[in-house]
Amino acid sequence: MFNKDRWNEILQVLTTNWFRTLLTAFGVFWGIFILIILLAAGKGLENGIRADFGGIATNTIFMWTRTASKAYKGLPKDREFSYKTGDVADIRENVEGLQYLSPRNQLGNFRGTNNVVRGLKTGAFTVYGDYPEIIKQDPMNITSGRFLNYGDINEKRKVAVIGINVKSSLFGLDEECLGTYIKINDVNFMVVGTYKKTNVNGDSENAQKNIYIPFTSFSQAFNRGDKVGRMAITAVDDVPITNIKDQIFNIVRENHRIHPQDTRAIGHFDLNEQFQRVVSLFGALELIAYFVGICVLLSGIIGVSNIMLIVVKERTKEIGIRRALGEGPRSIKRQILMESIFLTIISGMTGIAFGALVIYGINYLLDVSGPVMMFVNPSVNLGVVTIALLILIVSGLFAGFIPANSAIKVRPIEALRTE
Amino acid sequence: MIKIENLHKSYKMGSNSLHVLKGINFSVEEGELVAIMGSSGSGKSTLLNILGMLDELDEGSYTLDGVPIKDLNETKAANYRNKFLGFVFQSFNLINYKSALENVALPLYYQRVKRKERQEKALKYLDQVGLKEWATHLPSELSGGQKQRVAIARAMAAEPKVLLADEPTGALDSTTSYEVMNLIQKINDQGNTILIVTHEEDIAHMCKRIVHLKDGVIVEDKKVKQVRVAQNVQ
Repeated sequence: MFNKDRWNEILQVLTTNWFRTLLTAFGVFWGIFILIILLAAGKGLENGIRADFGGIATNTIFMWTRTASKAYKGLPKDREFSYKTGDVADIRENVEGLQYLSPRNQLGNFRGTNNVVRGLKTGAFTVYGDYPEIIKQDPMNITSGRFLNYGDINEKRKVAVIGINVKSSLFGLDEECLGTYIKINDVNFMVVGTYKKTNVNGDSENAQKNIYIPFTSFSQAFNRGDKVGRMAITAVDDVPITNIKDQIFNIVRENHRIHPQDTRAIGHFDLNEQFQRVVSLFGALELIAYFVGICVLLSGIIGVSNIMLIVVKERTKEIGIRRALGEGPRSIKRQILMESIFLTIISGMTGIAFGALVIYGINYLLDVSGPVMMFVNPSVNLGVVTIALLILIVSGLFAGFIPANSAIKVRPIEALRTE
Repeated sequence: MIKIENLHKSYKMGSNSLHVLKGINFSVEEGELVAIMGSSGSGKSTLLNILGMLDELDEGSYTLDGVPIKDLNETKAANYRNKFLGFVFQSFNLINYKSALENVALPLYYQRVKRKERQEKALKYLDQVGLKEWATHLPSELSGGQKQRVAIARAMAAEPKVLLADEPTGALDSTTSYEVMNLIQKINDQGNTILIVTHEEDIAHMCKRIVHLKDGVIVEDKKVKQVRVAQNVQ
């Protein structure tokens, strides 16, 4: 294998007719190039869509309440109910594999009537009573000050983190907002931080118009008692939330005497399920990329095989001479196979390198021209390159196999007679 | 060195078969220089091919240096050829993209001789045929006589038991033919066994023994007084 003479010979043979070698190599080069580009494009699309999810914890469900659809245990149907802080504690205690559980209450809406006042300025904003974990589930950049913490929760501090659009509505351009007070439904809250959400899908204007205040202060200030409006529940990475959400629902049903078959009472949105659907689409895309790429590569491989057959045919006499001089058939076979593998791998590596260069170019253009809808950082990882290399080695073997056999099929005496 | 008994060989040509060798009995001692003569179709090349293990015999036995040559598969045949035999062909059969030195070193490579030793040996044999200065030249840069000398050096490089030459002077003019024969005689003088197939009388008489083949049988086998080339050339 690592025999200098053998390699010399391979190089000698391949460079004798180097234009033909080049053309043959192009087939494999092109195949692997297409494969790499297709996979990179698929990855770019995947990255783009993942970026649209913007780092949101995707293994998450959101729960809210609706009216009960069935009468149960003496309670009528169509009744309304609310989650309680007790539900939150019960879920925490009884369900394994949860990462974050954020109960939330909401006040007002950016479409509603003005609910926030500062001096002469007023505005309509969505006000959330939240736990500090929410920033892990729905990421935002804190542009100044800080986010909520457990000190705020425990001491029921009246503090608020406001969106940059809230700031621009309520404060002048050069005005300092941190440490100042805003009135939410006539209750004063001190601004301790501002945030900006990145990578928001479409609604970026309104996403910056929220105000986050501690859940406990919210309940007290706006008389919510122990009610909980909504819950965002995230499971740990290796437990899909979709698999354990029924446990959560059962606890809530039990606590609120909801009929076990009542599907309406608990409203929820399963982000994980939606996300998995998208992920499986990427899987399909990758499969198609491999299929098309390998098909193109196959025609290149057949080209190599074809040329190797011609090379063997041309060298019939030479092979005859070698055998007369005492070269064994196995050695001849190995020689042909190695030529074929060498040619495939060299051209394939060139294809991979060129593909990488093109991907680099595309990334550069994307950087220069700014973000493009649903297409971010097309790339191939080392795993893909390894797979491509494996495919190349196997194809080289495959391409050389028939020619190698035909090389030793001719008897030396006949081989010597050919001109 | 070589012992052949009752050798038969026939080729199938479609429905009828052609009986080429019809019972050859023949032996060669070590150090002999034998010319095998005959008109075309007499079976002399077939005989040489069987001796060279490039072709199989149908019937009879063949012993080379005490080793019975039978039931050969390709790997074994290649191994025997490499160990026992050196070939010289009418059309030289040098590998055209390899230099003279690489050509000579080739059989040594198949014997797995180390690279450096191989180079030295090959150079030594090239020197013996007077082509040391041409070591790096490709066959296309050599004259016919030079090519044949390289081929002879290649055949000798593996230090074979027997040198088989199939019309070694067939493609050369008479002056270069004599040069080549001079070389062959010298090699023979060193004690090597050589068999030459030829149809040229003068070439045959430069050997020590002439075997005449006709229609697949030996019609004449005689020792002759060797004509030394050196006298002819000058």
